[in-house]
Parts: sequence; structure tokens; C-alpha cells
Amino acid sequence: MTTVTAPTTPAGPATAPAVAGPAATPAARRREVPGVALGVLGVLAFLAVWEVVPRAGLVRATYLPPASEVLRTLAREAGRAGFWTAMGDTVVAWALGLAIAFGAAVVLGFVVGAVPVLRDFTASTVEFLRPIPSVALIPLAALLFATDIRSTLLLVVYAAFWQVYVQVLYGVVDVDPVAEDTARSYGLSRWSRVRHVTWPTALPYVLTGLRLGAAVALILAVTAELVIGSPGLGQEIAVAESSGATSVVYALVIATGALGVAVNVVVRLAERRLLRWHPSVRGEVAA
Amino acid sequence: MTRVALRAGQVLGLPVVLVLVWWYASVTSQNYYLPTPGVIASTFGHVWTADRLTTDALPSVVRLLTGFALAGVLGVALGVPIGSSPRLRALTEPVLEFFRAIPPPVLVPVLILFAGIDGTMKVAVIVSGCVWPILLNTVEGVRAVDPVLADTCRSYGIRGTTRLRTLVLRSASPQIMAGLRQALSIAIILMVISEMFAASSGLGFTIVQFQRSFAIPEMWTGIVLLGLLGFALAMLFGVVERRVLSWYHGLRRTARGSD
Repeated sequence: MTTVTAPTTPAGPATAPAVAGPAATPAARRREVPGVALGVLGVLAFLAVWEVVPRAGLVRATYLPPASEVLRTLAREAGRAGFWTAMGDTVVAWALGLAIAFGAAVVLGFVVGAVPVLRDFTASTVEFLRPIPSVALIPLAALLFATDIRSTLLLVVYAAFWQVYVQVLYGVVDVDPVAEDTARSYGLSRWSRVRHVTWPTALPYVLTGLRLGAAVALILAVTAELVIGSPGLGQEIAVAESSGATSVVYALVIATGALGVAVNVVVRLAERRLLRWHPSVRGEVAA
Repeated sequence: MTRVALRAGQVLGLPVVLVLVWWYASVTSQNYYLPTPGVIASTFGHVWTADRLTTDALPSVVRLLTGFALAGVLGVALGVPIGSSPRLRALTEPVLEFFRAIPPPVLVPVLILFAGIDGTMKVAVIVSGCVWPILLNTVEGVRAVDPVLADTCRSYGIRGTTRLRTLVLRSASPQIMAGLRQALSIAIILMVISEMFAASSGLGFTIVQFQRSFAIPEMWTGIVLLGLLGFALAMLFGVVERRVLSWYHGLRRTARGSD
């Protein structure tokens, strides 16, 4: 359902004031400040519980070290060059895989989406290949590329490609026929129509695909590192786990979580920036 | 008649071409890693006998479904109160968002510490990875309940379980289903890698064993089986989703038609 409802959110004129609204009215702003404070309180409470549970002996500290110890380990890890190399490896595999998948999916999606015959003949294959979990490719990747970065890339590209491709297809099909006919009547060339009619229509969908693909790409990047042993944070976690360095495992899990948050934030910012024009254009059309 | 033929061509054309291309490539290249589709198909019958399916594949699928169901119940049960209370939401949102951002596979080594490598660990891994998209989508869905409908319910004195069932869960169901769909693909990933990472049985374990012993056609049959499983689960989910959300799709169609 995200695939259908999510793209309409940035486009829907009704949501535009809702996004701008709360910050604009003073009453809402007064409510917003305690919201942040409550959030901080929530995080602190979570850390406090995490600190108390192992210290009180409810869970053995060898299984769950107290929060303070894990955070100290995280700080120590952050001072280690190997940690940042691993972080860099994960980020490179993620970014490269996502870029390849995104580029291929956008190009193919626009071509296939624009030609109904191609769409009809590829639909069954897409519907079959899309739900295949890309972890099924782990043994193949391990055989072909061993612990090379290409193992990670194979999984990341396969998983992220479908997320973007399907969204691009939705977007290309969603073109307003009146806009398309108008562009045709004014004698716009095929390329201009793609540039000025199809692309703006599809952009919210493309960016939704990018957002979903970015999250999936990170999951698969870490999976490949964890299971196959290609370099990155996942491999560091596997090594720490097998050597019994529990607090290092937790510290690295927090680090991957932070990476996940960073990925979400960056993609969301990009989405908001690139679609800034969108509701306003819709507003002008409606007026 | 020609219409039926055209439709069959559309559905089967490309898959047939792809299989033929694969066949041609595997016959001509002599690549050790690339057996012909024929070899894979005949090996499939040998490897995945009824016996092996019940000892290796079935427990995996049962764990997958158990974990997925538990995550669904947990996610919705926690999501409804959090979504209905702005205060609770503000309190928990940063922590929950962080948990969602953690790529679920890294939970596998953490949970091995707690639960060892038995079936409980694998179900726990699946639950702890799947619950976040369901929980956060439920929160979003409950939060976005149409205020007019909420007021109507209040005027008519509808509250308690009736309100929950007819207003809250119903309004949130498109979002909840979206969360469940994301969770299902995460569940499959977690089922496979929890078995690949540490296990003595199961689908993921068997496939990795084939790969490590260079039993290439057998490994390919495992990949095919996982593919079929993913496909079947997605189909099944599609059927359930269409049933649960038929009212919603109808609503959207009407809304679109009147535009």
C-alpha cells in the first residue's frame, strides 16, 4: 500500500497546509516544544532502563551490558581507524549499489512505462522476480565474488532495483492525459514531453522509490557483510560476536542504527527539497 | 481466440525467452557455477523430497509465520495507544524511530547472545525485526483518523471495542497493511539469515551447506525454492490485502472517478 498511497502524499494539496500548518500557528508551536522535551525524556528513560536492568541482575551483564558501558565502548570504537574504515565500506557499498539500482530502474522504468507493448510483455516477469527475496542470492554471491564488495553490490542492487522500478512505472503511467495531449498539440517533441510532462509527474513516485530503496539497500548491505563477510560494519559485528565482545556488538549495532537514521534523514531532506515546487504548482493549476 | 493467444504470449513470452537464453548460455559457456535449467529442474525433485521439505523447509516457514503473526499483534497492540495519545507519541517517537532505523539483520548476533541458536532465537529475531514497520505505520494510521468520523463516533456515543473496531482499526488498516507488507519481506530476510548465520537445520542452513560443499545444482534449487516461497507469500498477502482493503480500494476508485 505504501506503493500506492505514499506518492500521493507529497502531491496531495490537502497535505500541504498540514505540513506547513503546525509550525505556523503560535498555539501549535507552544505544543511542539514540550514534544521535543518529551522525546528527550523518552530517550533518557530508555537509557536509564537499559542501565538498571543489567545492573540489577535481571539480565546477565555478559548478555546485555549496561548502557553506560556500551556508550563508552562506542566512544572507544569511534577513536579506532578500523571502525571508520568499516563505516566507510558500508556507506560506499550502500551508495554505489543504490546509485546503480536507481539509475537502471529510472531508465528502464521510463522506457518500459512509456511503451505499452513492453509493459504488457514484461509485467508477468516483473511480478515474478520482484518478490524473490534477495537473500536467496547470498550463496551465489558468495561463490562468485567471495568477500569482495561485489557480493554486497549484487544483493543491494537486486533488492533496491525493484523498489525504485515499480514506483517509476506507477509514476510514468500516472501522467495526466490532458497535460500530455496539450503538450502534443503545442508540438512538443517526444524528448520535451518526457522532460516537461512525464518527469515532473513521475518525480514524487521516483523519490518514494528512492526512499524505500535506500532503506532496503542498507539492510542488504549489512546482511551481506554479516553473512558473507564482505568488509563493513556487518562484518565487524560478526567478528565481535564470535569473539564474545558483547559490548562491542551493542556499540556497533548502535552505530549501524545511527547510519540508518542518517540515511532516512538525508533521503527525506532530498525529497522535501526536490518536491518543494510540487504543491505550489498544483495550487496554481487549481486556482 | 486471438485475444487469449495474445494474453498468453504477454504472460509467458518473456519468461520463456529468458529461460531459453539461460539454457543457451549455460550450455555454451561450460561455466561450473551455471547449470542448465534442465539440470536444476531434475535436481530439484531429488533434493527437495517430501522428507526434506518437512524437516528443513516446513519448520522455517512455521517460524517465519509465527514471528510475523506475533510481530503483527504486538505492533498493532502497541501502535493503537501510542497513536491515540499525542503525549505518549512524543515520548516514544525518537526511540522507536531509532529502532526502526537499525537494519534488522544486526539483531541476529545480539539475540544469539540471549536465546542461543534454537528456534526461539529465530522467532525472536523475526519478531524484533518485523515489529517496527508495523508499529510505526499503525501509529501513523491511528493518528490520521478522520476527525469528522471521530466526532461522529463521539456524538453517537460509540466507544470502547466498537469504536476501536469500526473506527480506529478500520481507518488505520491501509497503513497497517502497508506496514505488514514491509514486515513480510523483512521476515523472509531474517528467516534466511538467522539460519545462515547460526543453525543446524532449516532452509537457509541447507542452502549454505550446499554452497560450501560446492553442490552447485543443489544450491540453485535452494535459490529457486526461496524464490518460490517469496513469490507464494507475496501472492497470499496480495489476496488477503485485497479482501481486507476492498472498501478502501472502492473508495479510492470512486474518489478518482469523480475528479
